[in-house]
Amino acid sequence: MSWFKRKDENIQTNTRKEMPEGVWIKVPTTGETIHKRELEDNLWVDPLSGYHFRIGSEKYFDIIFDNGKFKELGQEIQPTDPLNFEDRKKYKDRLKEYQDKTGLSDAARVGVGKMNKLDLVVACMDFSFIGGSMGSVVGERLGIAIDHARENKIPLIIISQTGGARMMESVLSLMQMAKTSAKLAQLEEENVPYISYMTDPTTGGVTASYAMLGDFNIAEPGALIGFAGPRVIRQTIGRDLPEGFQTAEYLLEHGFLDFIVPRTKMKAKLTKLLKIVLHKH
Amino acid sequence: MQYLDFEQPIAELENKIEELKKLSNVSDGVLDKEIESLNKRVEKLRSSIFENLTRWQRVQLARHPDRPYTLDYIYKITENFVELHGDRYQSDDKAIVGGFATIDGQSVMIIGHQKGRDTQQRQYRRFGMANPEGYRKAYRLMKLAEKFNVPIITLLDTPGAYPGLEAEERGQAEAIAKNLKMMAMLKVPFLTIVIGEGASGGAIGIGMGNEVYMMENTWYSVISPESCSSILWKTWDYKEQAAAVLKLTAPDLKELKVIDGVIPEPLGGAHRDHDAAADEVKKQILKSLKKLKKMKPEKLIEQRIEKYASMGQWKTVK
Repeated sequence: MSWFKRKDENIQTNTRKEMPEGVWIKVPTTGETIHKRELEDNLWVDPLSGYHFRIGSEKYFDIIFDNGKFKELGQEIQPTDPLNFEDRKKYKDRLKEYQDKTGLSDAARVGVGKMNKLDLVVACMDFSFIGGSMGSVVGERLGIAIDHARENKIPLIIISQTGGARMMESVLSLMQMAKTSAKLAQLEEENVPYISYMTDPTTGGVTASYAMLGDFNIAEPGALIGFAGPRVIRQTIGRDLPEGFQTAEYLLEHGFLDFIVPRTKMKAKLTKLLKIVLHKH
Repeated sequence: MQYLDFEQPIAELENKIEELKKLSNVSDGVLDKEIESLNKRVEKLRSSIFENLTRWQRVQLARHPDRPYTLDYIYKITENFVELHGDRYQSDDKAIVGGFATIDGQSVMIIGHQKGRDTQQRQYRRFGMANPEGYRKAYRLMKLAEKFNVPIITLLDTPGAYPGLEAEERGQAEAIAKNLKMMAMLKVPFLTIVIGEGASGGAIGIGMGNEVYMMENTWYSVISPESCSSILWKTWDYKEQAAAVLKLTAPDLKELKVIDGVIPEPLGGAHRDHDAAADEVKKQILKSLKKLKKMKPEKLIEQRIEKYASMGQWKTVK
């Protein structure tokens, strides 16, 4: 029996690739199969190997907020196609396609609720939406989350899962790095705690802005975290990368994370930490 | 002078003029008339080519090997430049240079990416691609400028932050992120000018000015056209198309309201006349400083945060 019991049994999975359909699910690292119910009860972490299946905002909100209850902010902010971008596909069509496929409107959502009775703002990215890429909507919704935390003096958690900035919005995506960092600088002035929780993967412009700016930088075990992608680095240095390069464990060893916590212990540990810094004993 | 592919017609005419000039010396000026008419033709040709540059051609100009680099501008624009080195943790990154100087008698801190002119220098400067130490040096210098109430000028010219193993090991992402957060709150006037390539986090990592300008033949984007092509088209062959859809030129960014203005370059590009290019840059610096120096520290911070907070385009649906 896990410590956490799902209240809502009818939650649909967002992503097909990471969340395979069917009752028996294969763990990619071990090749073993596990029953879906058991995996769900363990917050999509394989109890045997500790492998963390990728989950999206819906499940993270469900895990973090008491009784899965929260108020969503920023839903009115919706993507457009500011540059009329077209590669092999039109960006407009790509947006529509991902919206239909995932049921999400863009790659980040914001929820306000309580975590073990503590008020909390959570912004969570969704990798299933165009690789969790950061464009104008992600930047604006994060901005809303940060402002809400600052104005109401409520702690903020940002959960990252992303390949980086969204190419289809070019320089406007790049500017979201400046935008979110500037807003975090304002949050800092108010001494409101900000926890950056990095999941697999967290790379590119997101790592080089808000993901690395937490008062506490925390990650899920085994998450890929870096600035440049492993393929690019391999090309640059012309040889294979060392074992475990750019994993959460590697970052911890090099001093860029405060700690790594498995998803199943995340809520309890973050609560403990926040209670100390908020003097709520 | 190196000619780009689209400048070949210009190159042919200019070579012809050179030949005629040699002959003319021998033949006592009888060819002067012809040379003059060829000169007119070449100017006309240049105008027509440079009035209709594609986005990819501007990318090529931004990368021209004879283009002025940060130190060229510093030596042409400033007096009393005192270069400062090192991040105080690891090393001195040669891909970012900076120091105190004066411009028309006013104290400034000037920092920029630095590329090398020949093979050896290019490697020494790591092609203008900084390691975390470069960003941490810039951090230190900006805080020094703030301490002594000196305005900051940054010159952007990088193909990106260095994507190396040690760069990751020492926290490339963390170094850039820290800079962004710090730059937002700087109490002094801060001006940024893209003088060549403005590639992604490596560029904005020192580029959060109160005002941002781009020189006429530069680019600024979240990704280079080549990398964009390789990711979205799965091949390197679509760089021209990628440059076109990324809308990465100075006029594009002016239209997107990401920059405040475009600094004109001499006809044919900044590499054709370093002095003229530097004059234009200096003119803009003096103009911007005059305006920004009138603003109080709180106002500078407020304006900067407001500027970057308003970036992006979306629709609001009820």
